[in-house]
Amino acid sequence: MDIARVDQIIDKYEAEPSSLIQVLLEIQAENNWLPAEALERISEKLQVPLARIQHIATFYKAFSLVPKGRHRIHICMGTACHVRGATRILDTVQELTGIQPGETDLELKFSLETVNCLGCCALGPVMEIDGETHGKMTTAGIEDVLKSYE
Amino acid sequence: MSDIRLQIDGQEVAAQQGMTVLEAARGAGIEIPTLCHHEKLEPYGGCRLCIVEIEDRGRTKLVVSCVYLAADGLVVRTRSEKIDRIRRTILELLMAHAPDAFELQKLAEEYGAQRDRFEKEPMFCIHCGLCVRYCAEVKQKSAVGFIDRGIRKEISFIPEIAARECEPCKECFPLCPTSYLQAAYVLTRSLASSADKVG
Ligand code: SF4
Ligand code: FES
Ligand code: FES
Repeated sequence: MDIARVDQIIDKYEAEPSSLIQVLLEIQAENNWLPAEALERISEKLQVPLARIQHIATFYKAFSLVPKGRHRIHICMGTACHVRGATRILDTVQELTGIQPGETDLELKFSLETVNCLGCCALGPVMEIDGETHGKMTTAGIEDVLKSYE
Repeated sequence: MSDIRLQIDGQEVAAQQGMTVLEAARGAGIEIPTLCHHEKLEPYGGCRLCIVEIEDRGRTKLVVSCVYLAADGLVVRTRSEKIDRIRRTILELLMAHAPDAFELQKLAEEYGAQRDRFEKEPMFCIHCGLCVRYCAEVKQKSAVGFIDRGIRKEISFIPEIAARECEPCKECFPLCPTSYLQAAYVLTRSLASSADKVG
C-alpha cells in the first residue's frame, strides 16, 4: 500500500490517537491487510506506541498482519453444518486451494477461514465467499463455485 | 488531602483520600499478596490475588484492593476462609501456566494451593503486565507489548525498539513473577540477529 494513501487516511481522522481503530479498519478494508510500514507510520503520526498498535491489531479478528487473498472463503463448522458434512466440504476446499484454515495461497487469490454458524443453518452446509452465501454445498459443486472467482 | 480512618483486620488505620485499600494496608504494615501490582505503575487489577472483603452498609462484598479506594469508616478483612479459597484457586490456575515459578510456589505454600490441580498449559507468562506497563509507563519506550488475546495472548518485543533500548535497561527483568520475560527477550534478540545475518 502506498504510504501517501496511509497518510491521507490518517489525516482524515486528524491524527487523533483515539481514532486508531478507525484508521486501522480503513486500511484493512482497502488493502486487505496491515503492512508493517503502515503501522509504523500510524504509530508516528498518531503518537501511539507500536507495541500498543500491535496489541490491538492482533486482538481483533478483523485485522490481519499478513497478506490476505482477494477472496475470503469462510466454511461454516457450526453444529447444523457439521452434521450435514461440513468437514467434507472443508477437506475438498483445502484440496482444491492447497491451503489450510488461516492461510492464503501464493497467488493471493483465496484466504481460508472456518467459522461457527453463519446464521442460516437451513442452508447447511454453508460456504461463504466474500460475504456471498453458497448454501447446500456438495463436494462435487465446490470446484465450479471456486472457479467463478477471479 | 483529608485524612480518613478505616479498619483493616480489626486494626484502626489512617490513610489519605485517594489511597487504595492496598496502599492503606501496606502503610500500616498489613500484608496483602499481589502479583500484578507495582508502586510506580497505575493500578491494573489483572491478577485478582489481592482480593479482600469489605463491609458496606452491613453487607460484605469482595473487592480488588489494589484498585479499590480506601474510604472513611470502611471495614476490611484481608484473610477469611472465602478469600483464602479464592486466592488458592487463582494460584492453582496460574500454576497451570507457570508451575515452577518461584513466586507462585511460595504463595501456593501459604494458601495450600496444589500445583497440579489443573491440566498444564505451560506458557510461563501469567499476563501480569508488569513488563509491558513498566516499559510504557516508567521508561516510556513500549519496547514490549502484548499480542493476541485469550489463551493465545503473549508478550512480544518490537525488535527495532528492543535492539535500541533494552540492552542497557533490562529493568523489567526482575519484575517478572515467572522469569519468562528473560527467555522471551533473549529469543527475540537471537531472532533479530539471525535475521540480520540472513538479510
Ligand atoms: S512476561 Fe512476566 S512480567 Fe511480563 S506479563 Fe508475563 S508474567 Fe508478567
Ligand atoms: S451451523 Fe452453519 S449456518 Fe448455522
Ligand atoms: S495485585 Fe491487585 S489485581 Fe493483581
